[in-house]
Amino acid sequence: MTAADTKAADPPAAPPQKPRTAAPVPPRGTARPGGTPRPKLPYLLIAPAIVAIGAVFGYPLVKTVIMSFQDMRRAHLWGGTTPPWVGFEQFTNILGDSEFWWVTFRTVLFMIACVTATMGLGLSVALLMQRLSTWVRLLLTGALVAAWAMPLLVATSIFRWLSDSDYGVINSTLSKIPGLDFQGHNWFLDPWQGFTVIGAVVVWGAIPFVVVTLYAALTQVPRELEEAAQLDGAGAFGVFRNVVFPVIKPVFQMVATLSVIWDFNVFGQIFLMRGNKPEPEYELLGLYSFSKAFDSASFSQGTAIALITVLLLSGVAVYYLRQLMKTGEVE
Amino acid sequence: MRPDRKKHRLVYNVLGLGVFVVMAFPVYWLLVSAFRPNHEIRSYDQTLWPSSVTLDNFARAVDAPNFWTAIQSSLIICGASVAGAMLIGTIAAFAIGRFDFYGRKPFMTVLILVQLLPPTAMLIPIYVQLNGMGALNEYWGVIVVYLVSVLPFTTWMIRGFVINVPRELEEAAMVDGCTRMGAFWRVIFPLVAPGLAAASIFALITAWNEYLFAYILLQDNDKYTLNVWLMNFTTDRGTDYGALMAASVLIAIPVVVFFMIVQKKMAAGLTSGAVKG
Repeated sequence: MTAADTKAADPPAAPPQKPRTAAPVPPRGTARPGGTPRPKLPYLLIAPAIVAIGAVFGYPLVKTVIMSFQDMRRAHLWGGTTPPWVGFEQFTNILGDSEFWWVTFRTVLFMIACVTATMGLGLSVALLMQRLSTWVRLLLTGALVAAWAMPLLVATSIFRWLSDSDYGVINSTLSKIPGLDFQGHNWFLDPWQGFTVIGAVVVWGAIPFVVVTLYAALTQVPRELEEAAQLDGAGAFGVFRNVVFPVIKPVFQMVATLSVIWDFNVFGQIFLMRGNKPEPEYELLGLYSFSKAFDSASFSQGTAIALITVLLLSGVAVYYLRQLMKTGEVE
Repeated sequence: MRPDRKKHRLVYNVLGLGVFVVMAFPVYWLLVSAFRPNHEIRSYDQTLWPSSVTLDNFARAVDAPNFWTAIQSSLIICGASVAGAMLIGTIAAFAIGRFDFYGRKPFMTVLILVQLLPPTAMLIPIYVQLNGMGALNEYWGVIVVYLVSVLPFTTWMIRGFVINVPRELEEAAMVDGCTRMGAFWRVIFPLVAPGLAAASIFALITAWNEYLFAYILLQDNDKYTLNVWLMNFTTDRGTDYGALMAASVLIAIPVVVFFMIVQKKMAAGLTSGAVKG
């Protein structure tokens, strides 16, 4: 239950620290002196983890593939009978369904908007943090930590309350502006507005992680280099582009990649915002798969959509992994 | 140059305070709404400050059906899954942190990759499988799912602490007559204890906040975890926001307290896990 659920639920990838100079990476203590006298022990130690991961991730993944070539419905679930094989029918049905393409389009659009906002705002706030007086920085850090620690479910409830049509503070505040009457305005009638509110929860929840990670990366930019560039006549943007960004680039890329993965899988925010029954126009890929499986009781359709989602994301996942390898997390 | 800088600093500080307000406002609103009298919550003109403070909302939250069974469910499920994940994760972390063996790198790659799988992709087959085993609506089904969900990260994090412990300490213990496992329990274990604490709390927060699997896999009202129970306040007739906010505060308290206690340790854990190859 990682990515989609919450930013807190998902282990944030540890902020990788860029090796400053080309300091030689100390070789991992590879072979212990005298070779490997007890080669069985490590396997025994990782065996429980492998069994557990295999049971909860591996097997269902295989099962997903199998089910997506079958036609599993409620009768098979309760009767315990083997569902009929249908070959690629689920996939051709889904790929031939214009609704699927709309959902995919909506998912990509929502992801791009959220990632852009998260990374843009996150980077701006991180840069701002460097220039603040200490007391403002501490205050801001406190707010970031509080937002970070907020469970997704609670955060979503608050934003639902803030945007409530009758009793929400957003409406009553907007109505105070002369000429505007937002009293009783329902933000969710129009999906564009609704997704703006949902996007706000997503971005608000993701910003603390991005800011803290990027701020940590920014502290590694050598001050002298910045000053030297300034003396050479570089403007603020020039310094950022030529000195600051190259240093934080690996961290930035990694956080951006993670954001893509998380925002592509946004589920809980929409599900909770719409009181467990999201309207079809609020469905992104995760919800679409869920509602096909559990509301329409076509489990195979649901798994086929989930499988397509995994395939769509696997390119990003590979990129992420390569970034990790480059920064030396997996040696 | 100097007065110019000062002016800049002022502008930045104002901007910073603006960001602070935006980030902190939802938290403030949660707290204020939880203590607000009901007639103010159901008001068309929301005020930023409550006129008076009341505990009515908390009373309604605690009196709601199944509050206590939900606490019990959350404690059982989270406690068991975190304990299991810590045990399995620690020994696996020891293996990949201390031994060089064939298959170590693929195992570590798997640890990272499984975290990228969308949970909804896992949900359907897990539901179908647990149903086939007659394990729907049983605690252990959710426990196993939570355990494995947090396992990759806890393993990864603990590994960072294990490789920070100098190998020589262990070797010295072995020279002094300890077995390898003995050296582990007597030398390494105490040294990685802060890391274990941080990892366990991270796992606890994750499990404590999860609701999707609990919502789908548990079906009886008296087995719901706190997060699923929280949905009681949203009905077709409307939402009892006062009680919902109060209940959210109650549920968030343990998380926030844990977060504050271990925040420093966690930060150290994250970086050491990342830096040491």
